[in-house]
Amino acid sequence: MNTYDAVVIGGGPAGLTAALYLVRSGVRVALVEKLSPGGQVLMTEEIENYPGFPKAVKGYELVDKFVEHLAAYELPRHSDEVRSITRRDDGYDIVVGEETLFAKAVVLCTGARYKRVGTPGEDLYTGRGVSYCALCDGNFFRGKTVAVIGGGNSALEESLYLARLVDKLHLIHRRDEFRGCKCYQDKCETNPKISIIRSTVVDEIKGDPFKGVTSVALTNVKTGAKSELPVDGVFVFVGFEPVAGFVPADLERDKAGFVITDCEMRTNLPGIFAAGDVRSKNCRQVATAVGDGATAATAAYAYLEHLNA
Amino acid sequence: MAIQVTDGNFEQEVLKSAVPVLVDFWAPWCGPCRAMGPIIDELATEFDGKVKICKMNVDENSASPSRFGIRAIPTLILFKDGEVVDQSTGAVSKSSIKDMIAKKA
Repeated sequence: MNTYDAVVIGGGPAGLTAALYLVRSGVRVALVEKLSPGGQVLMTEEIENYPGFPKAVKGYELVDKFVEHLAAYELPRHSDEVRSITRRDDGYDIVVGEETLFAKAVVLCTGARYKRVGTPGEDLYTGRGVSYCALCDGNFFRGKTVAVIGGGNSALEESLYLARLVDKLHLIHRRDEFRGCKCYQDKCETNPKISIIRSTVVDEIKGDPFKGVTSVALTNVKTGAKSELPVDGVFVFVGFEPVAGFVPADLERDKAGFVITDCEMRTNLPGIFAAGDVRSKNCRQVATAVGDGATAATAAYAYLEHLNA
Repeated sequence: MAIQVTDGNFEQEVLKSAVPVLVDFWAPWCGPCRAMGPIIDELATEFDGKVKICKMNVDENSASPSRFGIRAIPTLILFKDGEVVDQSTGAVSKSSIKDMIAKKA
């Protein structure tokens, strides 16, 4: 069995920072990551608000920098999915793929993932016209017509990105008003390729087995009027949910499932800390994830000191 | 390392292969594809001789992706005797790819 003082779960900005702080403090720490490091940053084209990069930085370039920063340290890595975390003695058993790790402290940095909109046809056509990543799949829709579902910052930002590739984009929002930042709203409203359809829900994503997505069936929630819109693709940006399916059942979480911590990133369970997007909080940014990671690592270090005292 | 396949050798390397073939359709601009890259290479080593593990860059090859209706990446397709036996879209963990191979290959 692999025994550590601390295990950091998740290789996005929060996890990489927590791992950096812990490895520098001299404790035995391992990093668990389902894929290679990066997390959601890898799905972001450019990051314009991370200090130190005044000319903006590509998502993958920033990840490469974070990874490079860890290269000088000896940090064991386990790359697979965490299946469960169970309390044992004064620590936790963490089942990762086919192996089990033991750690006295666990820092959860598993982040969040896009939410499905939950409309008929969504699962059937995922990967065949339905997408959750504009940066990955936008190129398949060059010169075509797409629908974007959502009304927050992601929906607006990704619409602006997609509008550079597609011929026509319908931005479909179930409410009258957008939740996203005014600056993105203005840009969407004035973009000639974007048509905004408000107060409207998607009842079904339709397609055929060979061509994939062909249209969306819509209902105007105010008038009840139904319509159908021919599209080649549907991009869904309706918010995020935490990646926390494997955490102990008695770990306190908010209504949406995000992990509740105090300002030192401590959860209600001794030895379990959380940092980054998986936490219950308002501001989910690379800058806040990095801060959370450093804070959680420091709290985990203090906890380990206390255990050994 | 996984074998890089192209539209030109797809028929020979994948469809006419004597052993099952897993193809990772990817592109350099795709973050989740980059995240999966090293795992695909590890699998190539682990399944050496039993399952052929290939990568196809959809940026440089368009015929094969469109033949299999690919409109999102990363997409993994498992071929056996020239037929598609399983398919998954989005970044997935190493153990779930191994599960897919164990069940279908």
